[in-house]
Amino acid sequence: MAKQYETVIGLEVHVELATKTKIFCGCSTAFGGEANTHTCPVCTGMPGSLPVLNKQVVEYAIAVGLATNCDITQYCKFDRKNYFYPDNPQNYQISQLYLPICRNGGVEIETEEGTKTIGIHEIHMEEDAGKLIHDEWNDCSLVDYNRSGVPLIEIVSEPDMRSADEVIAYLEKLRLIIQYLGASDCKLQEGSMRADVNLSVREVGAEKFGTRTEMKNLNSFKAIARAIEGERERQIDLLEAGEEVLQETRRWDDTKECSYAMRSKEDAQDYRYFPEPDLVPIVISDEWLDQIRERQPEFRTEKMKRYKEEFEIPDYDIEIITGSKHLADIFEATTAICKQPKKVSNWLMVETMRLLKEKEMEPEDICFSPENLAKLIMMADKKEINSTVAKEVFEVMFANDTDPEKYVEEKGLKTVNDEGALRTTVEKVIADNPQSVEDYHNGKEKAIGFLVGQTMKAMQGKADPGMVNKLLKELLS
Amino acid sequence: MANVISDETIEYVGILAKLELSDAEKEEAKSDMGRMLDYIDKLNELDTTGVEPMSHVFPVQNVFREDVVTNGDDSENMLKNAPAERDNMYEVPKTVE
Repeated sequence: MAKQYETVIGLEVHVELATKTKIFCGCSTAFGGEANTHTCPVCTGMPGSLPVLNKQVVEYAIAVGLATNCDITQYCKFDRKNYFYPDNPQNYQISQLYLPICRNGGVEIETEEGTKTIGIHEIHMEEDAGKLIHDEWNDCSLVDYNRSGVPLIEIVSEPDMRSADEVIAYLEKLRLIIQYLGASDCKLQEGSMRADVNLSVREVGAEKFGTRTEMKNLNSFKAIARAIEGERERQIDLLEAGEEVLQETRRWDDTKECSYAMRSKEDAQDYRYFPEPDLVPIVISDEWLDQIRERQPEFRTEKMKRYKEEFEIPDYDIEIITGSKHLADIFEATTAICKQPKKVSNWLMVETMRLLKEKEMEPEDICFSPENLAKLIMMADKKEINSTVAKEVFEVMFANDTDPEKYVEEKGLKTVNDEGALRTTVEKVIADNPQSVEDYHNGKEKAIGFLVGQTMKAMQGKADPGMVNKLLKELLS
Repeated sequence: MANVISDETIEYVGILAKLELSDAEKEEAKSDMGRMLDYIDKLNELDTTGVEPMSHVFPVQNVFREDVVTNGDDSENMLKNAPAERDNMYEVPKTVE
């Protein structure tokens, strides 16, 4: 019988924190600024410049630690990690090695296999590096230091995961917790959440771990799943062929669906860590911890429970809506204005989801305001617009947060509720379509649908179909 | 000198420090490093059991900044420090990992 292998996976997840400024200087962290316009002597490593720690970074790190059941290191320090690379202007990265801010935590994940706890070894604070752009023609590299010094937390898991499903569930869980905290938007594509996968295989039942590799450059959940599958197979093939797995860092190429070695253990760096002399220790008092604990938001599990009690909407809707903090915020704010949870939920579940899928967007990218969605719902409710028009208005609102009242007014989309005008049109439609009228009288109920359609067309869509139906029946009887 | 630095060690340290040393400089560096390690051995004679390692000299803790943007675009000045620049970026020898 062929040998059975087990995959052992641990993750290192980097999360860019949503602070306004960098971790050690007052430069902006805004995304997409022109190259090097958000830099200063501190984040470009000028001699004599001094870093000063951004308090918000510590608070976010603690908040994430508390939400992931970690012990907070109340006496905590930064360390200096030395390496030479042009994206790192100081020739060292300020990070934490000896006393990381959070330790010994864990989160519960759910997969088809059931519930399981994934341990968190530690969370530490550090600074991001600059961005290198390689110029193939001139044989040089260009550096933009706007990202240098942007605050990161690195969440290091225990090697507790055994499949791609578990890895994705763990990442989803972390992403939700961090988004609910507002500590980061956690977008894999944009790099505000990045995952490195440490993977080894061993025969089922073996006690010792196999030799692991570290996989980098994974920027979507799908890429992560494919990389795990690919690396598992590569390692098993090596073992089956009687070869050894080398401890190395590999880069995943998602277009080619294969990985290649970046650096091996032989030329592993000696980072010569030592306590960062430019930054004083951080002492986190019980009072400070309590303050942060009190400020913790309602997380998903509690929110789901509350929705079930408060709103009469299906469990499935609750699951989808609370699956994104932004979506849940829109739901709650809109419901607070129009008091119609069921209808708000429907707009989010049907039309919003359809458009998100069509435009390949994430719920976090939704730009319409709760005020405008509430207006639209109330207009449809008062039958000022019919459902076809409402969908049309929604699409415009989805695209650029257009005020639905103004839009309907400008485009003249209001339903004609003047029964006199409608009656005249219905009478004309009846006169113009004797065949359908006859079919209807001969018992073909469906014929009325055609007549409703003709009337709606004559009214340019601005009629209430229910009212048209009623009038038709009345005039045909 | 109790500590003798091998050729391999000085080679490795050179790589880490990104320094290219001539043979004469290597010999000099080996003897310097040996003497430094001898001095560390001297310090190691002291029994420091139960003494917390000191990482900072001053009894200061919790020095923070509020999360407020204080710096504007100073890239023109910043790039004056660049050995070479192009398109508002620092130009460096090609590096591909």
